[in-house]
Amino acid sequence: MSELSELYQEVILEHNKNPRNFREIESPDRTADGNNPLCGDALRVYVKLDGDTVTDVAFKGSGCAISKASASMMTQFVKGKSREEAEVIFDEFHRMVTGELNAEAEENHLGRLKIFAGVLEFPARVKCASLSWHTLHAALQGEGEVTTE
Amino acid sequence: MKAVKEMTSWDVEAIRKDFPVLSRTVNEKPLVYLDNSASSQVPQTVIDRTSKYLAEEHSNIHRGVHYLSQHATTAYEAAREKVKRFINAGDAKECIFVRGTTEGINLVAYSYGRKFIGEGDEIILSAMEHHSNIVPWQIVAEERGAKIRVIPMNERGELIIEEYDKLLNERTKIVAIAHVSNSLGTVNPIKEMIATAHKFGVPVLVDAAQSVPHFPVDVQDLDADFFVFSGHKIFAPTASGIVYGKREWLDAMPPYQTGGGMIRTVSFEKTTYAPIPEKFEAGTPGIAAGIGLGAAIDYLNALDFEAAAEYEHSLLEYATARLSDIPEVKIIGTAANKASVLSFTIEGIHPHDIGTILDQQGIAVRAGHHCAQPVMQFFDVPATARASFAFYNTKEEVDKLADSIQKVIEVFA
Repeated sequence: MSELSELYQEVILEHNKNPRNFREIESPDRTADGNNPLCGDALRVYVKLDGDTVTDVAFKGSGCAISKASASMMTQFVKGKSREEAEVIFDEFHRMVTGELNAEAEENHLGRLKIFAGVLEFPARVKCASLSWHTLHAALQGEGEVTTE
Repeated sequence: MKAVKEMTSWDVEAIRKDFPVLSRTVNEKPLVYLDNSASSQVPQTVIDRTSKYLAEEHSNIHRGVHYLSQHATTAYEAAREKVKRFINAGDAKECIFVRGTTEGINLVAYSYGRKFIGEGDEIILSAMEHHSNIVPWQIVAEERGAKIRVIPMNERGELIIEEYDKLLNERTKIVAIAHVSNSLGTVNPIKEMIATAHKFGVPVLVDAAQSVPHFPVDVQDLDADFFVFSGHKIFAPTASGIVYGKREWLDAMPPYQTGGGMIRTVSFEKTTYAPIPEKFEAGTPGIAAGIGLGAAIDYLNALDFEAAAEYEHSLLEYATARLSDIPEVKIIGTAANKASVLSFTIEGIHPHDIGTILDQQGIAVRAGHHCAQPVMQFFDVPATARASFAFYNTKEEVDKLADSIQKVIEVFA
């Protein structure tokens, strides 16, 4: 299970079990719904803004371990960042899981989110890892809904 | 574990040699192919027949005067004859080639629906239908101002027949039901259900995509009005499928798709149509796939299909017993009469994670909603994992499945 251990790392399993910021935010400034119709993953991302700063971000919904852990780690990572910084990380994350960015070799801001580079080996699971990020992006852009297929 | 009847008189190892793909590895493990309900594998005889057509016989059918065209036409029409005998249709002309079950149901829904369904009429479906036996009817219902009525099921995944009897009335214009549920494995009592519908003069469409792979069928004995299935679930290539329809209906129905091959005469004032089956076969069909379907039927005919069905059922019983022994596993669909489809969930583990980890062990299962979201909603699960068996699967493969499920549980413990 060598490749598997790269996908289902301890950190991911732990976040799946105890997702952080797995809650609603009362009167959020932005929300968006993310759906993956192929697998039925569905989540809602809530964002609280102070000017340009993401002061709180949380999510609710159902999905697989990869999508849940990714959403959980995203909320931790983005909290306190500016909208612009969040968008940069979204872009880098998206490029990493689609193989356009080599997170080990090229400069980036992904930090411990790099563990999701492992989904590259599992093409069917790339969308699981990126659903929450697309949903956050939609929320920040003021779009209410995003679908990944 | 329950005692399971010992499997005899079925030489599964010999059968496996007929299917080249079964000897390959996936992720450095021997392939364990348990996704037969999605698509079955193809035996060498079918591969050879299809290749021979492409290498030596290919030409367009039904229009050439030259040798190859006539030869291809003969081979294609011979496949239609084989289909006729396979389902015991009264006439090969009642067997229309389509791309698969989905296209077949669309054909009936649009063609029958636009002619025979009107304002205030009712269409009866069941709670366990595949999306392809829901969505076409919804569109037709909306277009015609008709209503969809749904036969409910119980918590075992069996249709509640008394409710079905109550739904039928003089406004009912068609009943469209699965012979076997793709997500639950339930075998529905369609012969009885057809007889009940006929008391009201209502025709019945049987979605047979999941029944023809598992047991012999006889459309005349069932008295089915429409009987639709896919070739790629009965060991043929993809893009071959059949709509069987009773001639009285097919003759009365307008064309579905139009174009070449389905006309008698065309002028800018008026077009007249060819008789069945050509009326419903516009354009160049999947000739290789159709000939492949004929070869797949030859393959099945050479087997003892009854013995195959019995063996497959013993595999289902064995798998059900093995998975029932794992406390974290919940089997979804526990009907008394089931075909070899085993849907399950594991507490706290999403089916996609199950599917990925099983795949790393070389085990192919389906994880998802199986194009049956209403079924998932009924059982209150987002998705299930599904193992589906064919007569080339083995007891050892079932053991691998059960052992690997234990590993999945360990990873997530």
